[in-house]
Amino acid sequence: MNSSTPFAITLQPSSGLANRTGSWRTQMPVYNRHLPPCNATCSAGENIQEWLYLAEEGKYEEAWQAVMRDNPLPATMGRCCYHSCETACNRGKLDQAVSIHAVERFLGDQAIKNNWKLEAPKARGTRVLVIGTGPSGLSCAYHLARLGHSVVMYEAGKKAGGMMRYGIPQYRLPRDILDAEIARIESLGVIIHRNKKCTDILESMKQEGADAAFLAIGAHLSKRIDIPAAEAGKVLDAVSFLRQASDAPDRSSLKVGRRVAIYGGGNTAMDAARTAKRLGAEETVIIYRRDQKHMPAHPIELEEALQEGVIVNWLRTIKQIDGDEIQVEAMTIENGKAVPTGKFETIKADMLILALGQDSESDFLRNVPGLSVASDGVVEVDPRMMTGYKGLFAGGDMVPADRTVTTAVGHGKKAARNIDAYLRGESLAATTKNALAPFERLNTWYYSDAPKSLQPHLDLIRRQSTFDETTHGLDETNALYEARRCLSCGNCFECDNCYGVCPDNAVIKLGGSAKFAINLDYCKGCGLCAAECPAGVIDMVKQSI
Amino acid sequence: MTATQVKFYQTGTFTVGNRLLDEGNRAIQALMERSNSLNSGHRACQGCGEALGARYAVDAAMRGSGGKLMAVNATGCLEVFSTPYPQSSWQIPWLHSLFANAPAVAAGVAAAQRARGLPETRVLAQGGDGSTVDIGFGCLSGMFERNDDVLYICYDNEAYMNTGVQRSGSTPPRARTATTPAVGSAPGNPPGIGKNLPRIAMAHGIPYVATASVADLRDLEAKVTKAIQIRGARYIHIHVPCPLGWGSDPVDTIKVARLAIESGLFPIFEAEHGHITARRSIRRLVKVDEYLKIQRRFAHLFGKKGDPDAIANFQHIADENIAIYGLAPVAAT
Repeated sequence: MNSSTPFAITLQPSSGLANRTGSWRTQMPVYNRHLPPCNATCSAGENIQEWLYLAEEGKYEEAWQAVMRDNPLPATMGRCCYHSCETACNRGKLDQAVSIHAVERFLGDQAIKNNWKLEAPKARGTRVLVIGTGPSGLSCAYHLARLGHSVVMYEAGKKAGGMMRYGIPQYRLPRDILDAEIARIESLGVIIHRNKKCTDILESMKQEGADAAFLAIGAHLSKRIDIPAAEAGKVLDAVSFLRQASDAPDRSSLKVGRRVAIYGGGNTAMDAARTAKRLGAEETVIIYRRDQKHMPAHPIELEEALQEGVIVNWLRTIKQIDGDEIQVEAMTIENGKAVPTGKFETIKADMLILALGQDSESDFLRNVPGLSVASDGVVEVDPRMMTGYKGLFAGGDMVPADRTVTTAVGHGKKAARNIDAYLRGESLAATTKNALAPFERLNTWYYSDAPKSLQPHLDLIRRQSTFDETTHGLDETNALYEARRCLSCGNCFECDNCYGVCPDNAVIKLGGSAKFAINLDYCKGCGLCAAECPAGVIDMVKQSI
Repeated sequence: MTATQVKFYQTGTFTVGNRLLDEGNRAIQALMERSNSLNSGHRACQGCGEALGARYAVDAAMRGSGGKLMAVNATGCLEVFSTPYPQSSWQIPWLHSLFANAPAVAAGVAAAQRARGLPETRVLAQGGDGSTVDIGFGCLSGMFERNDDVLYICYDNEAYMNTGVQRSGSTPPRARTATTPAVGSAPGNPPGIGKNLPRIAMAHGIPYVATASVADLRDLEAKVTKAIQIRGARYIHIHVPCPLGWGSDPVDTIKVARLAIESGLFPIFEAEHGHITARRSIRRLVKVDEYLKIQRRFAHLFGKKGDPDAIANFQHIADENIAIYGLAPVAAT
């Protein structure tokens, strides 16, 4: 042995880096963004996961700005949206769904309280007329204004808000909240002409010098049915009843009967029943022709109505009215349809409210060339929300839809984007959606158990007698807790798992919001990073050798 | 357990880190400046549990010793895949001598550093189950008996993997290996009484003995951090799945290790001077089948022919562990 050769073999530290083990790989990890189920079901098209991610860090104003990119009415929607996002929430399969609506409401309320401002839009010199100031009209006007168009709105009533003001009772949506959110839209330069009913849309467009128009008059005409009446009792329709209650919400100015019956099983029927109870009815009975399983009303509305002492008479149709006696026929369900049984009974009621659905009052559009109006007043639109008349768009309850505030807000946004494209002489590029992030993509081992925080409810006795808001908001501590319950399905929340579990140090931590990258020189493609990612962000993609 | 439980409702301490946690509450492996003691370029198989366990443990030891660490390695997979001549993937002072003598060499390194007036150097010896449980067992017992100032870490992958999956004293009953094939009337490794090295280490009454797993990083890091600072002989036994030898999918390495803990087959505990002082409760209890089924080395226990008695025996071992070590799940965390 040469005396200069050391006895032991000495190797240089980390000289193994010369061995590029990345060449072993047949598949490679790729960080992707997947579509969380909440976002996938939101008919207002909100990026819920994104704003919860910001709220998790306590960045409430940024979170609110992210909500506002899609929805101009977070404080309102946080109260009256039926939150399909929560039904879809993957956390529901783990413990309980994230209370998304409560966080949205918290952000909306914070914005009102702290007077958070939106960026002022740059004027573009185009002008759009919006008919109706309900959720879809307001949403469309808001998005158009933010895109730089000047917007004029016509409102037939004396106040803006449409069904949010005249349909949704105050115990679900206090009016100061609605007023604040409408005022914010007006602050963007949107002009609202109140007490101005449009009778000829093409003429109005000409008068306003509008380049396009959005129709959003809603559906305010109660459907009527013929009930044989020997001696007519007091029969009202639910829309007018709720409108009167909204205008004069105290016991003295609006008299209801001692026993009030409501005919119908939708959300409007629930609202009417709960409103009647608050106006002093001793007994409130809902008469519905089918059973609970087939009822269109949202389960939350039914549950709260039952808590407040509303009675539901399932499987009954009204046959005849004689003074304060209502003759009903018992029904049975066959193949999902209500079928008469021939058995009759009598219910006593001194007031009957009909809540059998609504039509749209779109007669004023029948002379517009190319426009197609159905018998119930519903207007046909194409996928861009444009009617058969060029430049005339429509949305909300007056087009075929599920008639919720959320869908209406979504319509407004979609119409605004298409109007914007139309005014630029372009058509909106089709957007591709990311692949869904179902529960099976998640590695739920990594999430701690955390049941949802409950919003406190108003005492039952006060709910039966006043129009105070029934459900209260979250405060900062439980709103933060609730936001942090988000599993961030399909989207990286920087938990460092991929960086930690790689046996080859082949995941590079970039730090801050830059997140992570794969060092392909050394990644062997084992897939541990993808398997141990809690949120299912990483896809393993096959590679050709 | 020694790892602090962080009351954090998104992921608690189950993930490696989290952008919402203070740096001090994140694992060492979450840090951008972790030492990566065992660096990229090593030749371990895809999804190797031992490569992962070694980086977890040695990075924690590096941090716990303030970077004043020397390591001695027994022959075995870890030695072979990390230092194929003329390369090394280590970024720390590291020595290899023989299969049997890592504990003795480490004791010598510790003595030499003392003699050189550098007693603050912490010495780590490491090996697989072959060198620890079988070949180097005499040297290890001597190191314990003399209470040498060495932390010995065994990465247990339950057979001699580097030479082609031959059974060791740590191979579980009925497992298929190259030397115990799944043929004949009693296929796989004949069930003996096994060799429980953590218990044997405890019987020496040394200052510190612990078990850990690649499936519980926070716990592993806390134990290594604690052990590296104690003076005298210390022993940590880390469960590291081997996709090649166990016939598990490389993607499932951590899942397999997790199921070993959650079924009760691999108890996680800590002992000082011969007495158990802490244990990690099971979080989501599973039957042993879930652990066994995803490993081809146990495939002959399932299917048409199957061996329900062998599975029942595994369940019995798991239930015994749960009773002996007190691993039953506690209230949700």
